[in-house]
Amino acid sequence: MSSKSKNTTVLLDPTNERRVATMERVGRPESLRGLTVGLLDISKARGDVFIDRLEERLSALGADVRRYKKPTFTKPAPVDLRHEIATQCQVVIEALAD
Amino acid sequence: MSDTSIPVLPDGLVIVVKRECETCRMVVPVISQLRESGANVTLYVQDDPAFPDGLNAIADTDLSVSWHHDIETVPTVIRVANGRELERTVGWRRDEWERVAETPGLGPELPAFRPGCGSMSVDPDLVDQLRVRFAGSKLGARRVEVADLEDEFEAMFDRGWTDGLPVVPPTEQRVMRMLEGTSRQPSEMVAIVPPDLVEVTIEKIAINAVMAGCKPEYLPWVIAGVEAVCNDTFNIHGVLATTMPVGPVIICSGPGTRAIGMNSGMNVFGQGNRANLTIGRAIQLVIRNVGGGRPGEVDRATHGNPGKISFCFAEDEVGSPWTSLATSRGVAANIDALTVFPGEGPRCVVDQLARDPESLTNTFAACLRTLHNPKAVLAFDVIVVMGPEHARVYADAGWDRERVLQELHARLEIPGEDLVRGAHGIAEGVPERLRAMTLPKFRPGGILLVHAGGGAGLFSAIIGGWANGEVGSQPVTREVRR
Repeated sequence: MSSKSKNTTVLLDPTNERRVATMERVGRPESLRGLTVGLLDISKARGDVFIDRLEERLSALGADVRRYKKPTFTKPAPVDLRHEIATQCQVVIEALAD
Repeated sequence: MSDTSIPVLPDGLVIVVKRECETCRMVVPVISQLRESGANVTLYVQDDPAFPDGLNAIADTDLSVSWHHDIETVPTVIRVANGRELERTVGWRRDEWERVAETPGLGPELPAFRPGCGSMSVDPDLVDQLRVRFAGSKLGARRVEVADLEDEFEAMFDRGWTDGLPVVPPTEQRVMRMLEGTSRQPSEMVAIVPPDLVEVTIEKIAINAVMAGCKPEYLPWVIAGVEAVCNDTFNIHGVLATTMPVGPVIICSGPGTRAIGMNSGMNVFGQGNRANLTIGRAIQLVIRNVGGGRPGEVDRATHGNPGKISFCFAEDEVGSPWTSLATSRGVAANIDALTVFPGEGPRCVVDQLARDPESLTNTFAACLRTLHNPKAVLAFDVIVVMGPEHARVYADAGWDRERVLQELHARLEIPGEDLVRGAHGIAEGVPERLRAMTLPKFRPGGILLVHAGGGAGLFSAIIGGWANGEVGSQPVTREVRR
């Protein structure tokens, strides 16, 4: 079915044709002392056990820890929650249980 | 390249003919007669510019005039004034020619009537090329060239466009033909596809439908399927991302399932039926290619299941003793619709001895009790696909759909002491505080009943679901628009 007058087959791109923009990561901080660290619980069972322990350890290192929680692990974090974390924290840790 | 500029018809009479057509050859004296009577006749010929001899026909060998002015039969006579068509006639009918040409006494030696022939612009061997040539520019997808020395099938694997099986190359001709299956515009936005949250158009769905192997008449079902899964209610994002082995199960209902040859009978979940397999596959290819949902990336399934390539089938409504699943979900009778469900692979329910509905219902309840874990309650929905031989037991006893569901739910009320963590030596279970309660295995409406399968075999199937309700996925039913 390809064009017989040329030596190429032309296909229509089935993808979303999006190039993922390269996002630069913020540099890793030398120390967490005095920084605000967000801990995002994705709402999976027993994720809080892990995050409780993280909070203990990070607080001991001098970080100001804030806790956040997704409404359900099955859906992406709501945009408002993402914005809240981005504006309040310098560092974020998202824990995935499984 | 395409050329979509529409040639303007000259004023007067326009006649389109081809030499190959006997009726066209027969009416040559009439065309001469019209010219001699002073009529302003413009003659187009589709195949042989030398035909008819001496009448100075204009070659329409690229079929541009014929395509753009919808010539389906030759000869066609059109009366034009100020560049606009006033009326036309096709074939040879003396009274019609006389009316359109506003000239009496035409072709007195000819029979009164002779049918015409098919126009070359609707020749099935040419029409796909013509559609691309004259209407192709309405497609907006990026063109990807595959070199002659490159194997096009391997090229599509290399680009990550496939589900692991070969796909049909989505050439412009094939995509244009696919788009004939819907009246909706290629540029129409249909849904936002997770996980990349990208808008998908009718055109992109058609491209993926070509790749899946669909026929144009399947396209409305694929579009409805994409609409049904890409919303917060069905939550294809979660269905894709979960570690559980589920994917969209698509249950098609209505007379259209029979019109496009879907299978609702023997081997209903199996191989061999093009519509069943390619509609489900096309929806999954849209999720993969447009949404960016790929295994090992956002798709984190521990095992997955073979139905994640395609799991689509039709209800057997004609042989069913009950109303259809779609009707039970609010769709009017005889309307085409599909229901999507986040399901794992099917498993078989065997009961070859039950002849009364109570005994058979006990079997179903015992099998359903074990779904995902005998101690898992309320978290998952299920589809029961009742085989015709089992359904007959219920039909003979006069049990309707509601009665079957009610009796099933009633048998699936489980004492909390059997469900709490640690009970029966199994750590999994519900919290201890629920010990004194009785809990239902399924939430109200959590059992979907479908009639399908071959006529022989006292078997049915159950298809387990995924996290239900607001936090997970809910079944969605959509009508199919042409």
